[in-house]
Amino acid sequence: MITFIQFLITGLRLGSVYALIALGYTMVYGIIKLINFAHGDFIMVGGYALFFTIPVMMSLGIPGWLAVVPAIIICACVGMLVELLAYRPVRKTGNNLTCLITAIAMSFVLENLAQAIPSIGPDPKVPYTLFSKTYSIGGVAVSQATIITVLVSAVIMVALYLFTQKARIGCAMRCVSEDKEAATLMGINVNHTIIITFGIGAGLAAVAALMYIAQYPKVYTTMGATLGIYAFVAAVLGGIGSLPGAMLGGMLIGIVQSGANTYISSSMSDTFVYLILIVVLMLRPAGILGKNVGEKV
Amino acid sequence: MKKTNIKARYLINFAALVLLFSAAVVMGVMGGSTMKLKITPSIWQCSYLIIMAASLNLVLGFLGQLSLGHCGFMAVGAYAAALISLAFQRTGFYTEKAGAAFLLVLLISIVAAGLTAALLGLLVGIPALRLKGDYLAIITLGFGMIIVNVINNLPFCGQQGLSQGSASSALYATGLGFSNDEKMSYLWVAVLMIILCMTCMFMFVRSKYGRAIRAIRDNEIAASASGINVSYYKVLTFTISAFFAGITGALYACCNAALATSSFSFTNGSILNSVFIVVMVVVGGMGSLTGSVIAAVVLFLLNYTIKNGAWVSALPAFLQNVFTYPMLVYSLALIVVIMFRPKGIMGSREFSLCDIPRWPGRIKAFFKARTAGKAAQKEAKSHV
Amino acid sequence: MSEAKNTPILETKHLGISFGGLHAVQDFNISIYSGELVGLIGPNGAGKTTVFNLLTGVYVPTEGTVLLNGIPLNGKKTHQFVEAGIARTFQNIRLFNDMTVIENVKVAFSKDLHYNLLDATFRTRKFWKAEREVTEKALDLLEICGLRDKADILASSLPYGQQRKLEIARALATNMKVLLLDEPAAGMNPTETAELLSCINTIRDRFGIAILLIEHDMSLVMNVCERIQVIDYGQTIASGLPTEIAANPRVITAYLGE
Repeated sequence: MITFIQFLITGLRLGSVYALIALGYTMVYGIIKLINFAHGDFIMVGGYALFFTIPVMMSLGIPGWLAVVPAIIICACVGMLVELLAYRPVRKTGNNLTCLITAIAMSFVLENLAQAIPSIGPDPKVPYTLFSKTYSIGGVAVSQATIITVLVSAVIMVALYLFTQKARIGCAMRCVSEDKEAATLMGINVNHTIIITFGIGAGLAAVAALMYIAQYPKVYTTMGATLGIYAFVAAVLGGIGSLPGAMLGGMLIGIVQSGANTYISSSMSDTFVYLILIVVLMLRPAGILGKNVGEKV
Repeated sequence: MKKTNIKARYLINFAALVLLFSAAVVMGVMGGSTMKLKITPSIWQCSYLIIMAASLNLVLGFLGQLSLGHCGFMAVGAYAAALISLAFQRTGFYTEKAGAAFLLVLLISIVAAGLTAALLGLLVGIPALRLKGDYLAIITLGFGMIIVNVINNLPFCGQQGLSQGSASSALYATGLGFSNDEKMSYLWVAVLMIILCMTCMFMFVRSKYGRAIRAIRDNEIAASASGINVSYYKVLTFTISAFFAGITGALYACCNAALATSSFSFTNGSILNSVFIVVMVVVGGMGSLTGSVIAAVVLFLLNYTIKNGAWVSALPAFLQNVFTYPMLVYSLALIVVIMFRPKGIMGSREFSLCDIPRWPGRIKAFFKARTAGKAAQKEAKSHV
Repeated sequence: MSEAKNTPILETKHLGISFGGLHAVQDFNISIYSGELVGLIGPNGAGKTTVFNLLTGVYVPTEGTVLLNGIPLNGKKTHQFVEAGIARTFQNIRLFNDMTVIENVKVAFSKDLHYNLLDATFRTRKFWKAEREVTEKALDLLEICGLRDKADILASSLPYGQQRKLEIARALATNMKVLLLDEPAAGMNPTETAELLSCINTIRDRFGIAILLIEHDMSLVMNVCERIQVIDYGQTIASGLPTEIAANPRVITAYLGE
């Protein structure tokens, strides 16, 4: 019984991180209908940013977790630069296939750049551990980090939802995702909207990075790739383009992965997650909460 | 008139290929230490890069689908070939890597590798039917990872892979895995494989099959409305593409004393990952088979100079770091190519020997058009 | 031979489709005989293209049947509809832009090219014979539509009117028994429309097929259609000779409002 609860808790802990990342994925996909393969690498950027800023913060006497603020700024800037320099020019001239190839290439550029830069370098780094208190509830160990992660994810999801419903920019984002041409005709600056979406998405990645390293304190250059794939599967499972879907998908994938690790075998958990993706896309491509829009003939 | 034209073209191309093949045989027989140590291994490496790029082009350039799991098929082919050759060796069918018996085993391994990979290509083609663009890319990526993961967990392939002479895996003692001498004497096999595979792909593309898949790429709904069974052609293309990838896997197994699944994973930093193959296809031109060949050779040479060139150590430290991770250079190159010349080197045209006599004419026409254009611009400006 | 006159080549019985609660097309009945040219008209959004989609397997009907030569085709895939003998053109031009004009037409012959992979790989006599025939037939069709001199240029470089004709040539290549034309004259000027008219007449004389035509250009419709069926809000409101339809009050109301 204890193992069962433990695996659920681990599942929630992983799941909430995936949910945060999936929210960013889904937002960007909803707007430009492109899977930003580099999104996982924004997390890596966030992780390294935190690695450098946390000690600085602590030496200034500020609580370590506030280092997420400069990390968010750094990530948002990287995200917006990527959109400005790589995605936008290709979107103007290319078709869907070329945009996709650019996204993949971008992901590789970020990863290898991080490996090449000596101070970031190929070896993993261990950042300062935050939120390390553990509570014991009914004989099960629950870390403070887990509780905070779940709360933060929930808060952010609600905030995003309200933002897209009420705020002008948020509404603009929804308009652009429905129909780009019509949005331009209504006076919305589509390019600005897209770049802001990237900024927000990347900023979320920084928060996700904070939550991730609080629980698994190791930063390495390929961390983004793995997390990114899991979060992408989560977003698809929940319904890409749907915010609550991203939350739901994230939690489910986290629990599934935790279950696979506990009850089956940890080396096959990757395979398992991919198989879920394949099954979902074959049987219900819109995901659990998404809606399917066919092509007009 | 046109009939003799086609026959003449076929004859010229055939003659060129025979020449190429003979050159390979001669090189293999003559030998010499530079040949042995540098050129022969390079030609072997080029052989699988060329065929990988061309076979991915079938799916990416002609069918218009992004498949990111191509190296998974190569992995399957490599392991299948290695295991089959080992099985033969264990039964005593051949004792040393020379002679007719071994040649037979080699050819059987290559074909079997292709067929195994083709079977998997069939499996991958089926989800491809319902998915487009981004989703298909991720699923093929997933398939590539799953394949590598599964091979890893198979007891007879194992974590350490198959290695020659290693105590841990007793299997791969004297199977495929040529020494430099053997690479030279079997050089003709590599070149023959390139010639055969490229020819088959050309024949495929210049037929109703090629037309059908290009139609699917351009407008799937219209293709369907023109009587094309889209599902059939999609699965067929994936299967054929995987078949050739399997063959390259066998060639790879020939070149290396050991096989490890980490060489085929998606995040592999060397040039064997699926994204590098995409780079080759895009740079060469999506929809041009000769373009893939050219790009494969060019990128191979580029990679060679990056890895071995003396000029790298002459660079300042920071830039040197960049070149230790050549994938950085290649992915940047990919983005640059897509932004400024998305058609790649050859666009969707093919390089043809028979066109060479027309080059002087075309070059003249090109310059003429340019000067005419400039004159027209000058004219227009003077009227402003 | 009298059999051929009695069974309609294309027939629908109570054909309809609903999306959720919305009945896009309801109780659609039509019988087209070989050699006829029937028009399908109605105001925008009436469901005309939806009917075409039902007749070509793009949509699966939620009620009723589509019969070609008496054989029901419900639930089959689009390419199977084409193999059975129904071909169509599209409201928004769907050409294979990166292929040449003649390749666009050759693609549609694929289902009738009976050589396999081995023939293609080894370039057998069967292969060369089939390819020669395809080229001849394709050039012939291009000739009919006035595009023969443009055979080797990219389809995307054709002017608009000729792109529409290419779509028709491509549809003809499928050797169909029924041709569905979806607004072939859309966006054309009077000269191009006249050319299109003569093209359609040539096709009728030459191939003796049945044609169902969606069109908004009333002069074209009245001139060339033998019968007209009018739909509005997914339901048939009138059917008969052009003169009858022109005088039908329901039709006039549907187009002009009360």
